[in-house]
Amino acid sequence: MRFLLESRKLILLAAGIYIVLKLLFNIGIVSEYIQQITIYVFIVVLAATGLNVIYGYTGQFSLGHAAFYGIGAYTSAYLVKTLGLDSVFALPATLLAGGIMAGLVACVIGIPILRLRDDFLGIATLGFGILVRVFFDNSDRISETLGGSRGFTGIAKLTSLETTFVVTVFLLIVTSNLISSRYGLFWRCIKDDETASASIGIDTTRMKLMAFSYGCFLAGVAGALYAHLYTFLHPSNFDFLKSIDFLIIVILGGMGNIAGTIWAGLIWVGFIEGLRIVLPSNILDLRWVFIPLLLIGLMMWKPYGLMSKKKGDG
Amino acid sequence: MTAMLEVERLEKRFGGVRAVDGLSFHVDKGEALGIIGPNGAGKTTVFNLITRFYTPDSGRIRFMGRAITHFPPYRLARLGIARTFQNLRLFKDLTVLENITSAHLTGHSYSPLSGIFRTRKHLRIEREARENAMMLVDFLGLGGKEQTPAGSLPYGEQRRLEMARALAIRPRLLLIDEPGAGMNPREIKDLLTTLREVKERFDLTIVMIEHQMGLVMNISDRILVMDFGEKIMEGTPSEVKKDRRVIEAYLGEEPV
Repeated sequence: MRFLLESRKLILLAAGIYIVLKLLFNIGIVSEYIQQITIYVFIVVLAATGLNVIYGYTGQFSLGHAAFYGIGAYTSAYLVKTLGLDSVFALPATLLAGGIMAGLVACVIGIPILRLRDDFLGIATLGFGILVRVFFDNSDRISETLGGSRGFTGIAKLTSLETTFVVTVFLLIVTSNLISSRYGLFWRCIKDDETASASIGIDTTRMKLMAFSYGCFLAGVAGALYAHLYTFLHPSNFDFLKSIDFLIIVILGGMGNIAGTIWAGLIWVGFIEGLRIVLPSNILDLRWVFIPLLLIGLMMWKPYGLMSKKKGDG
Repeated sequence: MTAMLEVERLEKRFGGVRAVDGLSFHVDKGEALGIIGPNGAGKTTVFNLITRFYTPDSGRIRFMGRAITHFPPYRLARLGIARTFQNLRLFKDLTVLENITSAHLTGHSYSPLSGIFRTRKHLRIEREARENAMMLVDFLGLGGKEQTPAGSLPYGEQRRLEMARALAIRPRLLLIDEPGAGMNPREIKDLLTTLREVKERFDLTIVMIEHQMGLVMNISDRILVMDFGEKIMEGTPSEVKKDRRVIEAYLGEEPV
């Protein structure tokens, strides 16, 4: 199949990375905790890639990405728990369900709000993110299983290195093909000049909605993987600050740059978790001081992202 | 002759200003219509109303016999109405080639799945888009600049690229807004040749807003003169040049 053939280099590279990781995990020199973090990197990269499609490629400023990540997580966890689908074989279906739910919600709220531009869209998505957080906080009124502000507990652990790896690599290839197709081209046109886009026949409303829904779908799948990795969900995992994390990763990696997002996701998780190991516990909270400092530094020296060739690269 | 475009009693107000005030005109197939008038006469507003970037307050627009007054801009483009902009609106971060292929691809569709799995159809359409873009690149003298970001082209080439992009949607009607703005007499002469070639080769009907009399009088079959949102006269270039009202409103007291 052409899909596999054209992406063979990427797939081989991914397989190589997988084998190295698997060996490291099996030799036993890597703690359970680090293994979990490694899997988490892929999840973060997948969700951030979704935001890159929305913001980096299409120019739709979203401050509510974590809400869709959460919707995917809660959807998949709820399905697994209530339907008793706690087998690895049902996982693809529930991951897809998480993604589709996030994509559908994105579509429904996207129709009214995507006509807003720049900062206004940011504020609207921010509002939506808060709304979802409040919904999670009070979700126990709808179903006791969802746990409300106490958190959603007892989720089956189904996410393994293999599932995360296959799902993330597959979706990254799908995304990169989509971006090099006419759809990706139209998204970049819209980011550049919406009026001109309409003048050459691009249905801008539909294309923006497509990018937004697809990006949120990726976040939903990532969220579902997250739910079955940590087996516990709390509304605070999906609040505004989480949305900012994704935004930082996209900016760090460079807008409209998928390889950059992968590196930035790795650096981001490595930095936060690394500081957790390095810093003594009494000053652990200083992590949240270092990160904004990093961001300020980044904007001053590498405003187009770490991976960007613009201005003083290499 | 059949009318390509018919505009009837078109009206647009901005606050208390009547930008376009009951304007009616038509353009026949294969014709070139020039629109002239002093600054603020409402010429560009007419273009924005035809392409539906503004919503008319009243009036009707027909394109090839079809009522299009309420079509969104992207549908008008797909029906065959292309335009260029007074202040250039290129996709600055995209390459020259991407600027043109994007326009071609709006009319040649394949599904997202086809794009993801790189089907034969996807590959064929993408190849045609590239070939067509290369043809336009050569035609408008942009050879060698295919991979240059549009924003870093010199002004004259940006103008030509915008023309190439408009032509890539295979229009029947081309609306050109001040193509000669900021050009010296030599460039104007080249532009005139290009416009004639474009019109011939792509079998186009053209409506052009232009201040440069040398250009607009040379290319137009008919001229429409506007002032304060109204048509003050319409006629052949030689009639317009002689008309007293036009000379007073636009060209100044002395005949040119």
